[in-house]
Amino acid sequence: MTVTNALSVAARTMMAEPLAGGRFGEFGGRYVPESLVAACAEVEEAFREAWSDASFRHRLERLRAVHAGRPTALTPAVNLSAELGVTVLLKREDLAHTGSHKINNVLGQALLAHRMGRRRLLAETGAGQHGVAAATAAALFGLDATVFMGERDIERQQLNVFRMTMLGAEIVPVRSGSRTLKDACNEAMRHWVTAAHDSYYCVGSVMGPHPYPWMVREFQRVIGEEARAQCAAELPTSVPTHVVACVGGGSNAAGTFAGFVDTDARLIGVEAAGGAAMTDGTAGIVHGYRSRVLQDEHGQVAEAHSIAAGLDYPGVGPEHAYLGDIRRARYVTVTDDEVVPALRRLARTEGILCALESAHAIAWVLRAAGTADLPTGSTVLITLSGRGDKDMPALMATATR
Amino acid sequence: MSAPLETAMPGALETTTRAASETAMPGALETTTRAASETAMPGALETTTRAASETATPGALETAMRGAGRPRLVPYVTGGITADWTRYLLACQAGGADAVELGLPFSDPMLDGVTIQRASDQALARGATVEKILTDLTSVRDQLTVPVVVMTYANLVVHAGATAFCRRLAAAGVTGLIVPDLPVDELGELEPAAARSGIDLVLLVAPSTPAARIRQICARSRGFVYAVSTMGPTGERDTLDGRAVVLAANARDAGGPPVLIGFGVSTPAQAARAAGAADGVVVASALVREVLDGATPERLRQVVAGFRAALDATRLRGTTSR
Repeated sequence: MTVTNALSVAARTMMAEPLAGGRFGEFGGRYVPESLVAACAEVEEAFREAWSDASFRHRLERLRAVHAGRPTALTPAVNLSAELGVTVLLKREDLAHTGSHKINNVLGQALLAHRMGRRRLLAETGAGQHGVAAATAAALFGLDATVFMGERDIERQQLNVFRMTMLGAEIVPVRSGSRTLKDACNEAMRHWVTAAHDSYYCVGSVMGPHPYPWMVREFQRVIGEEARAQCAAELPTSVPTHVVACVGGGSNAAGTFAGFVDTDARLIGVEAAGGAAMTDGTAGIVHGYRSRVLQDEHGQVAEAHSIAAGLDYPGVGPEHAYLGDIRRARYVTVTDDEVVPALRRLARTEGILCALESAHAIAWVLRAAGTADLPTGSTVLITLSGRGDKDMPALMATATR
Repeated sequence: MSAPLETAMPGALETTTRAASETAMPGALETTTRAASETAMPGALETTTRAASETATPGALETAMRGAGRPRLVPYVTGGITADWTRYLLACQAGGADAVELGLPFSDPMLDGVTIQRASDQALARGATVEKILTDLTSVRDQLTVPVVVMTYANLVVHAGATAFCRRLAAAGVTGLIVPDLPVDELGELEPAAARSGIDLVLLVAPSTPAARIRQICARSRGFVYAVSTMGPTGERDTLDGRAVVLAANARDAGGPPVLIGFGVSTPAQAARAAGAADGVVVASALVREVLDGATPERLRQVVAGFRAALDATRLRGTTSR
């Protein structure tokens, strides 16, 4: 992929701040009921003010260090690298407190909610990782937490459901539609309309109405910035040739890409084949933003299917849609059948049990290594977005030796 | 987009309009470009839009909302909810509706409560599509004497393309459109597309809408202004939110089209109270629940007639003044 100078400049600008109204090219925006416009504007104003306040940033940095365990390690996957003929570096978000990158975003938003004087966090969750992070931050800040979760996800993510209740969160089962993340998002938004005066809606990915896609990316940017500095220390070339991350809503990928968008590194987002909004989606509006959306020929939003609950989502963050359009990032898919072997291979070569979501990124690297997509001798950074504890019951059900 | 509007509304509204186009800017350029390429006549779009705004002649919907001389009643029916759903439309008309709101079901209705969600799910499960519903509507068009206002979500508009969507609505005899997840800042290509097709684009105000924004919305709303009575999704409620009265008064003071209160208007008594503050009411969940519970069209006609009678009694008591 050749990135022209103009596009590179555009991408750099994009990953700084969106255009007015929260636009990334034609994507983004604030497609919410009039009842929520004021609430979104209030969050935007509070975020702008906080983000330019050194004391807010300092407090967040300290929380990341003492509570989330940042910086997370950059682990060379020595054995896998030798097998594949490419140098693989793993950015270890699985080592962050609560077991995934979600904590980065939630600490930022909870600090903001606290600053805004809110007493409750509302959150939606699919795999449960965002719900656990939200419940954790709420406990830390003395806030109540209400987490909306699809009934189907509750069934398949019982461990995380239990973790949330241990942390004091109220779980609201969502029984409408496909009973997964997309319906949890609808329900959280409906509830936000009634509760905007005292509750803060803590969106879990780079999605939703402006300013959420931008704000969440800014809170996740820490992944890319840390990795950039760590790669500089680790690699003779300083910057890897390829940067790979899984994409559901796309927050770990956006945070990772933000650290490398101004380099020559090829940015690759890996979607689940059954929930590939970038690959199979068309322009649409869902959950308050305009992006690529999986939908049928009549414009009804389609149900996504993935072995990883966190990727079971029919939309994708608007900035990804833009990065894809200008060809600064490339989006690919892997199937469920590739994901489980990838997870097992990483476990056996490196002693790391990653989440099924993260295993999508590994699966693509396994497939691409030695081909024109990822030639022998390449250096590839993979963000391991989370650890696999939550997925062990699912893996036990499908395990083959 | 901003230029035609400024041309169309000089004087007192200029400040409001300018503020509107400023907030709407990011999408505007792209929108205009896309809309223009759809028609393949870059100059024509602007001309048409300006003409539509300049004349500012009330459309069929606004005429109906102003002309009845009594509090207006707009019942809601979910398109495709049953095989013979158009009979419910006609029943609403027979019961005394001044216009009928027709819901085009969407899979992810962000602003709808459980009753309308259920109705939408039921319609979609029956295989309802925009095309089928509009075809059904066309078949009863000759029997309908009141305007039909479509309510649906932004994705169905974007999916079809704003111009094509509005043309299709107009061809089916629809005269108004409500898109609750398109706030005034995001109207983009839909506003000119609706104007070109003679569709009145009805905008919403909410209890959280600041005064200056209420004026901006009322200035751009066509047909009527939809005052959302409460901070919450659609659904029946025990009492009418007191903020509805204040909101409706502010919206009426803004001097745009008639103001109708909707959301949570569940009983004839609540409708009467709401009509005391506004020009009329939209009644949705209370009627949709009847249909979900198996009401016949005749039963629905009676329910609508009950709302009609309560509203007319309100007028007779002289509590509606404008």
